[in-house]
Amino acid sequence: MTTLSITHSKRIVASLARTLALACYVVFALFPIYWLGKIALTPSKELFKNGTAWWPDSTTFEHFTTVVLHTDFLVFFQNSMIVSVSTAFFVTLFASAAGYAFSRFQFRGKNIAIFVMLLTQMFPLLMLIAPIYRIVSGLGLHNSLTSLIIVYTAFNIPFATFLMQSFFDGIPRDLEDAAMIDGCTRFQALRRIVFPLTLPGMAATLGFVFTAAWSELLFALMLIDSNEKMTFPSGLLNFVSKFGVDWGQMMAAGILALIPSCLFFIFIQRYLVQGLTSGAVKG
Amino acid sequence: MAEISFSNLSKNYGSIEVLRNINLYIKDGEFIVLVGPSGCGKSTLLRLIAGLETITGGEISIGSQIVNDLEPRDRDLSMIFQSYALYPHMDVARNMGFSLEIRKENKDKRQSLVAKAAKTLGLEDYLDRLPKALSGGQRQRVAMGRAIVRKPRAFLFDEPLSNLDAALRIGMRFEIAKLHQKLGATMIYVTHDQVEAMTLADRIVVMNAGEIEQVGTPIDLYEQPQTLFVAKFIGSPSMNIVPASQSDDGIELPGGKTVKPGGWSKNLNPVQLGFRPEHLSLVEIGKADCTGKAIVTEHLGSDTFVYVDVKGWDPVIVRQRGNSNIQSGTELGISFDTSRLYMFAKDGKTIRGTDT
Ligand SMILES: Nc1ncnc2c1ncn2[C@@H]1O[C@H](COP(=O)(O)OP(=O)(O)OP(=O)(O)O)[C@@H](O)[C@H]1O
Ligand SMILES: [Mg+2]
Repeated sequence: MTTLSITHSKRIVASLARTLALACYVVFALFPIYWLGKIALTPSKELFKNGTAWWPDSTTFEHFTTVVLHTDFLVFFQNSMIVSVSTAFFVTLFASAAGYAFSRFQFRGKNIAIFVMLLTQMFPLLMLIAPIYRIVSGLGLHNSLTSLIIVYTAFNIPFATFLMQSFFDGIPRDLEDAAMIDGCTRFQALRRIVFPLTLPGMAATLGFVFTAAWSELLFALMLIDSNEKMTFPSGLLNFVSKFGVDWGQMMAAGILALIPSCLFFIFIQRYLVQGLTSGAVKG
Repeated sequence: MAEISFSNLSKNYGSIEVLRNINLYIKDGEFIVLVGPSGCGKSTLLRLIAGLETITGGEISIGSQIVNDLEPRDRDLSMIFQSYALYPHMDVARNMGFSLEIRKENKDKRQSLVAKAAKTLGLEDYLDRLPKALSGGQRQRVAMGRAIVRKPRAFLFDEPLSNLDAALRIGMRFEIAKLHQKLGATMIYVTHDQVEAMTLADRIVVMNAGEIEQVGTPIDLYEQPQTLFVAKFIGSPSMNIVPASQSDDGIELPGGKTVKPGGWSKNLNPVQLGFRPEHLSLVEIGKADCTGKAIVTEHLGSDTFVYVDVKGWDPVIVRQRGNSNIQSGTELGISFDTSRLYMFAKDGKTIRGTDT
């Protein structure tokens, strides 16, 4: 009886500890966002009065309206949207094709291809900025959204390919074999069996690449000069002027910029739910 | 319906030789069972027939057509996978009807064929479920259903029953036997299960390390194994194999007596002697060919297996009818049925006696 209650209480302690650890992590991760929200809602003149109080004496939405109506925010937003959606689309397309090939076929040069892809991930971005700048201006693409899309796509493909490969690896080969015996060509087996089962993987890749492109700053700064071509992260720096930083507006813009990522993840999250392949094998 | 034949078939993966020198003719409507130790190439052979792997050398023909370069879908076969390989995103009906859907059968025909197969397999109540909501046995039946909705030229089975519990396995074995009778189709069946092999097969193909060791009816293989490997592989529990040395009067046994297997003559020089548990009898010590102590007895109800420790040999298994009551430690006398003794030469081949 005693041993039973000991294991029982041990289990309670363990589950409490787990909950506590998770709670700490969540607070830690969400705190910056809370602070963002708090400052965005604080009227400018009160910003430096209250010090680090948890909540301002009065709140206002004036920063939000100013940002949307009187700054280039909507332009940045639109540019970011174009760049991120295109990048996510192209990367997922290429990475799916490459990931499938890596997962299913043995071919000459496969190991070299994998090695080169890994290699590209090893250089610090700073080292690559100058050459990329030269290439982009050489092609006459300087100060265009196209240049960003190309560069982001190139940089995201390797990781996305490995990601997709692991999703394809998770789909039993027997399924394609069965489909081919049932009368499919390899391509039909891919489209009718493998593709539907890889949707979660594609959704994850889309989400990952979208977010990466959405928040990229370095290349956005280097390759874009004019305000009407700026994406959101570099646009944010416009709120820093010679005379000071407009914190309230900057934070409000930041909050608004979070919305698409959140919407995107809500939209794809039903595909992210695992277990789509369960039942394929005897298990 | 079709006959299938292999001539000099071989398969390599890079430098690894997985199958070599496979020659076999399978009659139309024959039930062939492939057996052999793990890794000997049984699944590979099935996949070659199905067209899922390309062959390295030789020829496969189905009907009278050489299919070496034919795509799987043009070979018109059905295969039931070890893993079942059900499409997880399709319900049972669609899983079963998928091959018809791909072949553009019209919907009414598809539905009626699926309904017919579902009735045969008792799956009518599950047609709109996803595979993940089925038990292992039900999944297995869906996999069967997928194979029988159309009339393929042959069926390929890769250990289809290996993950089912004993009762289900016996039930499904019976179903497969009935199916074979009803359809009369050529079937090639891989299994590790002795009973499945012996009961289902018209002929059994014993494979070893990428080669065919022996082909024959179950009784052939049981009574006339051509090699030590087949002798040990067929039969459960397997044949007792002991070292043999010969003298002028026959093969010497522990304890000083000798035994003359049927067809014995002086210059056969066997190095091993084999005898099945069911061909030994326990007799009084005085009349025995050799003696030993009982170590363990296993009671199966219908039979009793007695493990006997004979000096100089690995434990010998003796099969006794019914429930024999032998205490471990008892001294037992063993007597051989000399017509059922097998002699093996150094190269692992069975030695045929002079008069057999
Ligand atoms: N893609 C491959 N590349 C290299 N070797 C392979 C490949 N597929 C199979 N083999 C090898 O071929 C041999 C035969 O494999 P196979 O799957 O046919 O064995 P099996 O007789 O079906 O075994 P089991 O009874 O365990 O299913 C094995 O030694 C295996 O390692
Ligand atoms: Mg196998």
